[in-house]
Amino acid sequence: MGEFEVHRVRFFGLVPAGVRCLACQPRGGRLALARTDGAVEVYNFAANYFQEKVIPGHETRSVEALCWAAGDRLFGAGLSGDITEYDLALLCAARSVDGCGGPIWSMAANSSGTLLAIGCEDGSVKLFQVVPGGIQFERNLDRRKGRILCLSWHPSDTHIAAGSIDFLRVFDVCSGQTVQRIMVNYHVLKVRRECIVWSIAFLSNGTIVTSDSFGRVQFWDWQRGTLMESHTVSTSAVLSLAVSEEEDSIVVGTSTGATYQFQLLPVKMGSLEKRWVRTKPFQHHTHDVRAVAHSSTALISGGLDAQLVIRPLMEKVQKKGYDAALRKFTFPHRRLVSCARKARLLLFQFSQHLELWRLGSTDETGKDGEVLPLCRMPEHLVQLKSKGPEHIYCSCVSPCGSWIAYSTASRFHLYRVQYEGDGVSIKKVPKVPKLLLPAYQLQFSSDSGSLFVASARGSVHVLQLLEPGGCKHLHTFRPPSGSSEAVYLLASSADGHWLAAVGGDWAIHIYDMKCFKVGAGAGGMTPTSLPPWGAGCQWVQRIGPLPVSHCCIPRAGLGMGLWEEMGGGHRWPRLLPSACCPPALQHHSTVPMYNCAVTALAIHPITNNLVIAYSDQQLFEFSIPEKQYTAWSRMVQNCGLHRVWLERDSPITHITFNPKNPSHILLHDTYMFCVLDKSLPLPDNSALLMNQSTLKQLPETARQRQLHAFKICKKFQPLLYADLLDENCLVMVERPIMDIKTQLPLPIQQKKFGT
Amino acid sequence: MEAKELSVVLDGVDASPKCIAFGREGEYVASVKEVNLQVFFFKRKQLNRFSVSTVKTKSGNNQFACIACHPTEDCIATGHADGKIRLWRNFYHKKDYTFSTLHWHHDTVMDLAFSMEGTSLLSGGVESVLVLWHNESNCQKDFLPRLGSAIEYISMSSDGTLCCTLHTDNSKPKHILSRDVKTGLVVDPRTKALVLNGEPGHLQFYCLQSDQQLFSLDIVQRQYIHQAGLNQADLVKVAFSAQGKWLATVEEREEVTDPELQLKLWLYDEETQSFKLNTRINMPHEDHITDMCFREMDELEDDSLILVTAGRDCVFKVWVMVEDTDPEGSVSWSCDFVGSYHNYQATNCCFSEDGSLLAVSFEETVTVWDSITWDLKCTFCHPPGKIRNICFGRLTCSKYLIGATDYGFLCCWNLLSCALEWSAHLNVLVLQPDPLSEHIAAVSWLSKESSLFVFKPNEPRPIYIQRNLCKEKIQLAAFVPRDEPETIVSEKYHWLRRSQLFFLTDTQELMTLSTKSLEERLTPSSKQLAVEESLPVTPFSLLLGKHRRQQSHEDIDLGKQVHNKHKQDSPAVKELLHTPAHVLPSASFLCPIFINSLLISKENKSAEEVADEVEMESEKTEDDSDEERGVTEMEQEDTSAMELLGEMTRKLSKSQEKELRKIRKMDYSWISAF
Repeated sequence: MGEFEVHRVRFFGLVPAGVRCLACQPRGGRLALARTDGAVEVYNFAANYFQEKVIPGHETRSVEALCWAAGDRLFGAGLSGDITEYDLALLCAARSVDGCGGPIWSMAANSSGTLLAIGCEDGSVKLFQVVPGGIQFERNLDRRKGRILCLSWHPSDTHIAAGSIDFLRVFDVCSGQTVQRIMVNYHVLKVRRECIVWSIAFLSNGTIVTSDSFGRVQFWDWQRGTLMESHTVSTSAVLSLAVSEEEDSIVVGTSTGATYQFQLLPVKMGSLEKRWVRTKPFQHHTHDVRAVAHSSTALISGGLDAQLVIRPLMEKVQKKGYDAALRKFTFPHRRLVSCARKARLLLFQFSQHLELWRLGSTDETGKDGEVLPLCRMPEHLVQLKSKGPEHIYCSCVSPCGSWIAYSTASRFHLYRVQYEGDGVSIKKVPKVPKLLLPAYQLQFSSDSGSLFVASARGSVHVLQLLEPGGCKHLHTFRPPSGSSEAVYLLASSADGHWLAAVGGDWAIHIYDMKCFKVGAGAGGMTPTSLPPWGAGCQWVQRIGPLPVSHCCIPRAGLGMGLWEEMGGGHRWPRLLPSACCPPALQHHSTVPMYNCAVTALAIHPITNNLVIAYSDQQLFEFSIPEKQYTAWSRMVQNCGLHRVWLERDSPITHITFNPKNPSHILLHDTYMFCVLDKSLPLPDNSALLMNQSTLKQLPETARQRQLHAFKICKKFQPLLYADLLDENCLVMVERPIMDIKTQLPLPIQQKKFGT
Repeated sequence: MEAKELSVVLDGVDASPKCIAFGREGEYVASVKEVNLQVFFFKRKQLNRFSVSTVKTKSGNNQFACIACHPTEDCIATGHADGKIRLWRNFYHKKDYTFSTLHWHHDTVMDLAFSMEGTSLLSGGVESVLVLWHNESNCQKDFLPRLGSAIEYISMSSDGTLCCTLHTDNSKPKHILSRDVKTGLVVDPRTKALVLNGEPGHLQFYCLQSDQQLFSLDIVQRQYIHQAGLNQADLVKVAFSAQGKWLATVEEREEVTDPELQLKLWLYDEETQSFKLNTRINMPHEDHITDMCFREMDELEDDSLILVTAGRDCVFKVWVMVEDTDPEGSVSWSCDFVGSYHNYQATNCCFSEDGSLLAVSFEETVTVWDSITWDLKCTFCHPPGKIRNICFGRLTCSKYLIGATDYGFLCCWNLLSCALEWSAHLNVLVLQPDPLSEHIAAVSWLSKESSLFVFKPNEPRPIYIQRNLCKEKIQLAAFVPRDEPETIVSEKYHWLRRSQLFFLTDTQELMTLSTKSLEERLTPSSKQLAVEESLPVTPFSLLLGKHRRQQSHEDIDLGKQVHNKHKQDSPAVKELLHTPAHVLPSASFLCPIFINSLLISKENKSAEEVADEVEMESEKTEDDSDEERGVTEMEQEDTSAMELLGEMTRKLSKSQEKELRKIRKMDYSWISAF
């Protein structure tokens, strides 16, 4: 595996926000999730539950309910009283409509997705029509006192069941009248406590299922208003409930962190009489399970401990593979840490601030596994607070450590950091170019000379960074065929030649940043005086011998700007009118489409091969100069990866390389760090994938025979970020789960036997 | 009925009946073993197998322990070794099966039973709590706690109103044999009962004569937690004062580092007829207490009562009573003297008969102390080998001190000359002096058999040797005083005259030595005589008595043992049937006696039979009226006899009646000849 000096970083104090609500796309393969900080995430079932889209939160925009309507439109409603539609292409809140009923506690769409019902603080249930480009208020249903905490449409869309405190009501949608009112705490009248109906579901056979704060799951006949069955599952509240589409299975979540499954089972073999039976209990969470969802193959639960747990139903899974794995997601599937390799700095991204840390250092060496004493402690240099209620989308620190950039939904910030001895001064770069915001990913070039900004509609902006603290918009790359999705991953080559960008449609575009030369005919220009639009510049290749380092297309799309390399570090700007530009001038190639989400990619510093990790755990290597997959990549596809590798449940989130060992690829996910040695044979399914510990015990000759390409280390967990600082120095950013647990409120006290 | 066809439907079935159950209306049969559940459907001839994960978690393994099937629904309940109960449903689908879990037991679920309607489920285990689960819900359950002992089997009556539980200790309903008798066999001077460990933390008083547990005294007075692997406080030492007025107990909790010790002193309360806790002393010694004894001075008053405890912390302590300052003038115990000898562990202690001397053994040395001044008088030792037992001689032999070493020597020291009187090479395990005579019993263990030696300290030759007493190691012995001295003819057994010797082997068998054969012992002859004597003199009784006597005469003449045609009347058999099964000797021992009792001597039988036949014929020739009269007479006689004889005559059978009638009709002139 090779020996590394590892900086084991545990000072990234990230506390992920708890899960507030979940919504499965009807008949679709997506899951929408809202967190307590207002962030909305979309997970794709087809892409191995990859966290496909993230819409960062907003201080004033809490989300209490999410629902899909009209196909793939996502709506959220919260205590601010607004109904918000999310733009999943631009990853932002598209438009908001005031519900006019105070805080909204619940929202549900009818089965056809044409109507939204909201339950408000004032006890009203309002219907909104989903129209193209927004929603329209339709009417109010019969209003009574008592907040509406949960809503459910009958599958025929004729009735709505609404849960409130101490009772539930059934509305007739046509007349708008309350047709049934059921007291839920009738049987426990001697207890002078209010019974909160936390969640409700209306089944097609007229059964209403409620879960309440007394820990009961009850089945009601709505027409007679009678209780059919009552199951006490917990001593504390049952907070959430979800029904499968076939209505034969229910999952409930309780405030003790346990989830239970109910199944509709025949009482006797072959008989038609069926009964709801509580079957499997699961205890994956430590805190309230505020949201549950029931997909066709899995039970999904989200808790205040920020975990999203996907527990597959074994009987519904066809083959044992990665569908059958229990998944627990606590951390986002994207990078929150960036590293300035040369300056040995780490930038941590929190929801509303950034922290810049300097790594500690040691002057001692030791054996494998030894902990070295630090001669200099890690130092917290700067905390950058984002102004305003918006949360940070992305951030980055340049390799030299002197630039920091971050973006929120509406603003882009660039800072110049200067180090004077032990002190640090930070200066905001004024007058940053007005870009199409937000930026979804930021990446500095390896020479810290330019900044790539991933933006909406598949575009990537290139900004040039100027000393002593300025920047200039150089160019914008766009996919030749156009795209509506935002770019969420970027990778630039070490020589500054190539840039790879991945959009929400999972297409990987490679742009050439040195594809044309600019002639010397335009000498004598000053940087400020741009040449007039001339007809003489037809093709850039013909312009002259001086190389062009960067080019950009202004947002207006009027033409093209060029920087002519004059030698000696001097550059001259030039503008070419758009008519002069070839349509896909800078676009080099597109990696063949693969039907899975890209989770990480990186360009090899020497060979300029693009290494791509997909959410189904496949690895590809694409040679950019040759515009085709490399021989190694073809070999991997022919042989197939190891079964255990494919059954891992967390995606690769970062790839990096070791310049000293060109055949090594360093990659990591949340639970492992792997050095992939291309020079060694691939393991077959009979071999042990994680063989590092057994290898250590073998004699040298046997070890040589047992070696294979995957050298996996599971020592560092959960791993948020790993990077190579120099050839034998690694930095690992861990966030122990126990540290997060201590930040959470105390869980419900439970008597545990034997303690 | 006979099974015509046999077919194997399940293999790998556990032998226990708890591991197999028939389902609703006999549709299927289910069996569990280890981690596998098998269900066979008779109609479809389909076998489904399910298994739980074999991974042993920290809460224990999840192997199956028992199974029960729902009476009306397709639901199987299984109990597991980790205390969980799983309710399986949908098990006719190999893939879609599902189960829910109920968990209350912390240890293996020993048995399960559904109620008749199937609405509730009963479970039990080592916790000795019967749990009633309602509606298969984890939250609704009722408990029936403190059932005394771990529940082994649960059964429901067919009408569903009664539930029966069988407990692990039920095999010994009267006399509880605890796993380890730490207290030794102690005789309560008051009741002459054998006192030893009973239920955990309790002291049981076991009456040997009546084979009954007289009562059980809770010494530890703490809730016993039914859980394997817990270190629980238990009773280790018991001592009675001479009159049984005071009881001293030592309890300890096994802890590896520091044991928790408590010394308790109990005073007999005449009003409640029970012992009452008087003093509790926490940590009387720093380490385990090895021995404890009262100074037995029958004639003296309470103020001379002294308790001595010897401990592994190298000291012995003397405890005396002190009067409390409170106006009631009650007493409590406190430490008076602490003695030690060269920092050796104190292993045994013993008072001389008159109470003037205390012998304490310290590993290899026996020290003798004056019990008034607590001066060390002299020391004895017989190296090599540590002292295992010591005792003083009694009565005429009170000048001797006997000690046994673990090196295989039995030594007798003369206290007057302070010299070794004699020694014998004997690996003595138990040394037990008879409190009522000079005799001392020593049980040795050599070449896998126990031998008994009885000797008087003043002569080195044993008066009685019983080699190969038993194959087991004898752990403890006790002399139990007899109510009245027995007349023993044999010189050899003369030492058993005043008390009886009992042994407890390491297989928990209680044995005794007796001079009489088993049959004699089982026949309380005096009792039988009493019954016969109490018969009022009626013509019938005369008749009966004469007849009996005649029969016995015949028997004696024939030189046979007492045999009766009617087996109920045989005392041996009667005793056999009326004695509790658990105190009977082994079946092989009883068998010959039983068979003998059934045998009828050939001559006797044939003669009777011939007579019978003759009589029968003559009877038939008699006229009807005579017979009727005879019958009425018989009935009258019968009732009167029943009132008087009670059980005995109730068992008169038809043939007996016939015989009696026959006798009546016979010519009695020949009787007078006797």
